[in-house]
This record gives sequence, structure tokens and C-alpha cells, in this order.
Amino acid sequence: MSQTDNFEDLRDLYQEVILDHGRKPRHAKRLETFDATAKGDNPMCGDRVQVWLKLDADSIGQVGFEARGCAISVASADLMAETVQGRATTDTRALFEAFRTMARTGACPDCAPALADPMERLAPLAGVHEYPSRVKCATLPWHALIAALDGAQEASSE
Amino acid sequence: MNVMTNPAVFDVERIRQDFPILTQTIRGKPFVFLDSAASAQKPRVVIDAMVHAMETQYANVHRGLHWMSERTTEAYEAARDAVAALMNANDRSEIVFTGNSTGAINLLAHSYGRGILKPGQAVLISGMEHHSNIVPWQLLRDSHGIELRVAPITDAGELDMAAYEALLSDGKVGLVAMTHMSNVLGTVTPADRIVRLAHANGAKVMFDGSQAIVHRKVDVQALDCDFYAWTGHKLYGPTGIGVLWGKRDLLERMPPFMGGGDMISSVTYEQSTWAAVPHKFEAGTPAILEGIGLKAAIDYVQAIGYDAMTAHEAALTEHALSRLAPIEGVRIIGQAQDRGGVISFVLDKAHAHDVATLLDRQGIAVRAGHHCAEPLMHRFNLDSTARASFGIYTTLAEVDALADGLIRVREFFQ
Repeated sequence: MSQTDNFEDLRDLYQEVILDHGRKPRHAKRLETFDATAKGDNPMCGDRVQVWLKLDADSIGQVGFEARGCAISVASADLMAETVQGRATTDTRALFEAFRTMARTGACPDCAPALADPMERLAPLAGVHEYPSRVKCATLPWHALIAALDGAQEASSE
Repeated sequence: MNVMTNPAVFDVERIRQDFPILTQTIRGKPFVFLDSAASAQKPRVVIDAMVHAMETQYANVHRGLHWMSERTTEAYEAARDAVAALMNANDRSEIVFTGNSTGAINLLAHSYGRGILKPGQAVLISGMEHHSNIVPWQLLRDSHGIELRVAPITDAGELDMAAYEALLSDGKVGLVAMTHMSNVLGTVTPADRIVRLAHANGAKVMFDGSQAIVHRKVDVQALDCDFYAWTGHKLYGPTGIGVLWGKRDLLERMPPFMGGGDMISSVTYEQSTWAAVPHKFEAGTPAILEGIGLKAAIDYVQAIGYDAMTAHEAALTEHALSRLAPIEGVRIIGQAQDRGGVISFVLDKAHAHDVATLLDRQGIAVRAGHHCAEPLMHRFNLDSTARASFGIYTTLAEVDALADGLIRVREFFQ
């Protein structure tokens, strides 16, 4: 089967970049020293994530996370870490809003041009909008990130 | 489980024609519905019975001084007769209609729990209960000083009978509240032994039969249990109607649960008196249309017969286990000797939610998650499983589609 099966029907949500980051996340580690941390918990499906942040003056220095959940949530956490590292915290909050819109609707037509690059990097996750029960898998790490920035210890998904 | 379905009495293709929804395609592929344990699909006769009632024969029940109300009352109360016959109840008054199994168990926890059980007594559940048979007892524990005990299960997913017996032995357990068939593991619990040991130690027994009554003939007199809870929508009936069966003398001793219309004998501002059972427990306008639909569903399954249904599901389950178990990376959770058509599994390379979504892409509907049984998940060190469950309309070809789909998911995640 594997010789001829290109899995085309399975790839709309599970694009290669998601499989890759889900399987081998680059930022999946607890930071030894950190300035903020928060957990995200989705009681409906059991997904759990914790995010650690090292902060520079007005920006995010380093991000680490531990996630226990599906490929979508792990890949989303990893792509999030990649796109917010070095980013100003105000920018990061704007990126969260833009990402959330994309996860819910598949696009972000009103996104600020300044966010175009990171949004392109996050675009492989846009497919979750067709799966309402999976949207929260993609947004949970972001909720934890924002909770950490807000000085809260716990985030809950919407 | 070598009972093979006799095609002369059980023609699954003919049964499938009774379920309009099964002709749908999902994402361009045939609809393979393997989530009946969450809620079953509805045969045409159930749909028609409810529509027919709304179109030709509908008014409120139990208060009719007019023709239409009397006809509707007859149709609704016929559901009670159908349920009584289905369960072999001693008397139709032992059938209390509720909203669902959760409603039935909450009724029991409130009424029997607060009215009959005494602080210091214990309620004993098992380690494989649905949240609906855990949380009501926790609420009772916290409000009424009842101890909550949990009988452990084995690695195979069967009740640990020695531990169960030990937990009964001090005589403090007033009520055993236990699943008759696990919604996660498929395990059918040894009801006869559970009842015998409970009664020998002075405890009453309630079974949560939400799953069991779909897969097995339930005879409450033969079981000699004291209460039995189940829900209509898993037995091919509508949502919104469930059943609490109870032995009549116990129901009569129990105080009402909810107060309101339909459950009283007389009302003054000083005091009210209660209607006789079962109406004492049925406050408010009941689920009239759902009762009529439930009767149609019961008539439908009775015409097919439990022998044929059980044999069909045994054949499906045996086939599914033989197809799924050899797939590399698949682990089946629950290996009970006596089991029904519910199979939970995990895949080494992919999370259960990814498995469910990728099966869905292939038109195959399974459930994934903790199945409202978090403590059971923890027992097996899991957060979630995928679960395939079968109904009378499930075919061996659909089981093959699941196995083939799962092989593709595994390869996709390599």
C-alpha cells in the first residue's frame, strides 16, 4: 500500500511541516532559568501544555514548552516558539490575535502587514478551521503563552 | 464468541435500509459510522413514529379531558409497557422515565441516597465507571456523609472480584452502583455474582446499563438487581428519554426527587402529597414524543431479537479484534473475556485525536478522548484512546475499512 499511497486525502490538515514539528519539535524543553511560565489545559480532550519564557526588555528572549497532546498541539507550540522568539511582546499579542482568527476562519484578511512573515510560517495550521473540535488544539499553546506574559499561571482554552 | 450470525434471520444489508442516514457520503466516501456507543442512529420507524405523532396525535398527557390528550397519553404510556416488557419488569409502575441515564442515576443518588442511605454508609462503584456514575455519588458523599468506595479492575479490564467482595465485607455498603458494560473497555460485568455478593452483604445494586442493554438481553427479575438505569438514544431511540427501573417496594419508600406538576396527589400551601410510583418521580411535562419514539425503537429491536443482535455484534467484535490486534503499533485497551461491541485502542505513533481525525478523513467516524471516564484512563496511564463501537447496522466490511484506515494512519505517521 505504501508504495502507491501518497496519502493525498490525509494531507490537508496534516501537512509535512506539521508532521515534522509534531514528531521532532525543536523547542520542546523546559527552560532552566525563566522569567515566566504558565500551563494550558484542555479538560475536554486531555491536552496539556506548559510554556516557559525568558524575557528581554520588551521582547521575548527564549521560549520552551512541554506538551502532552496531539500532533497539531505539539506542532502549533513549536511553530509558536519559533515565531515569537525575539519578537516584541506587543507584537506577540497581535500575532496571537491574528493566529486565532486564522485558526477559526482559515484566513486573516485584516492582518497587519508587519505580521505577514510569521503568519506565513504559521499558515500550515490554517487547515484546523475545518475541524471545529481541533481549533483549540492549535490555540492552546498560545493561550498558555499569553497567560505567561500576563503573569497568570493557568490558561484555559476557549 | 464463536456464535456466527445466521443470515437467514439477520440480514444486515436489509437492516441498513431501515436507517436513512447510512446512505450519506462523508467527504466523498461512504459513511462508516463506528460511534454507536456514544449515540446510535435512528431507524425510519422511530423517525416516522415521532413525526406521525406530531402530525396527527399530539397534546399534553395525563390531564386529558379531551380526545387528543387521551390518545396521546395512551401512546406515551404504551412506551412504559414496552420498556417493562423489554426488561421483564414485574410491573409497569416500576418504570420511571428520566431524561437519560445521567438523569436516572442522579434521581437515585438524590432520592435513595438522601432518603434511604444513612451518613456513614458507603456507595461502592467500580474502577471503570462513566463520569455519570461517579460524580452523582461524589456529590452525595460531600453533602450527606456517604463514603464512596471504588472496586478496582484488573489489567485485563475486568472487575477484581476478590477486592469487590472485600470492600463489601464490613457491611457498610448500602448501595453498589456499577456499570453492566464499560463504555470504554467493552467489558460486560458479572452481574449475577455482583448482585449475589452485594445482597449477601446487605447492599442493594444499581446497574448502569447504558451500554449493556444495547448488546444484551436484560431481564431484571433474573438479574435480581434493585435498580437499572439506561438511556433511549443508544438503543436506536431518540435523545431526551431514559429509564430508571426499580423494585416497586424500594421506589415506594423513596422520597420524590423533583417537585412540580404531574408528580403530586394534592397540593395545598401547607403540604402536598405525592402521586403513586412512577409518577412521583416524573415532575413536569414528560418527553412525550421521545417516549413514543422509544416505543418504536423497542418494537424495532424486539422484532429483530436480542439473540440475533448479540450474535451479530459478537461476530463483529471477534472480527475487529482479529483485524486490529495484529496491526503494528496498535494496542487494544481492555481484554475482558466477556465483552460487547466496544473497542478502545491506542496507536504508538499518533495521538488518539490525530487517529480520529485521519480516520474521519477516510469517512470513518470513531470517538477519541477520555470517553467521560478519566479515572479509567488514569488506571491505564492514558489521557485518551480512540474507540470504535458497533451497532446492528455495522458490517464486517466496515470493520475492515477501520483496520485498513488505521494501517494507513500508521504508515502516514511513520
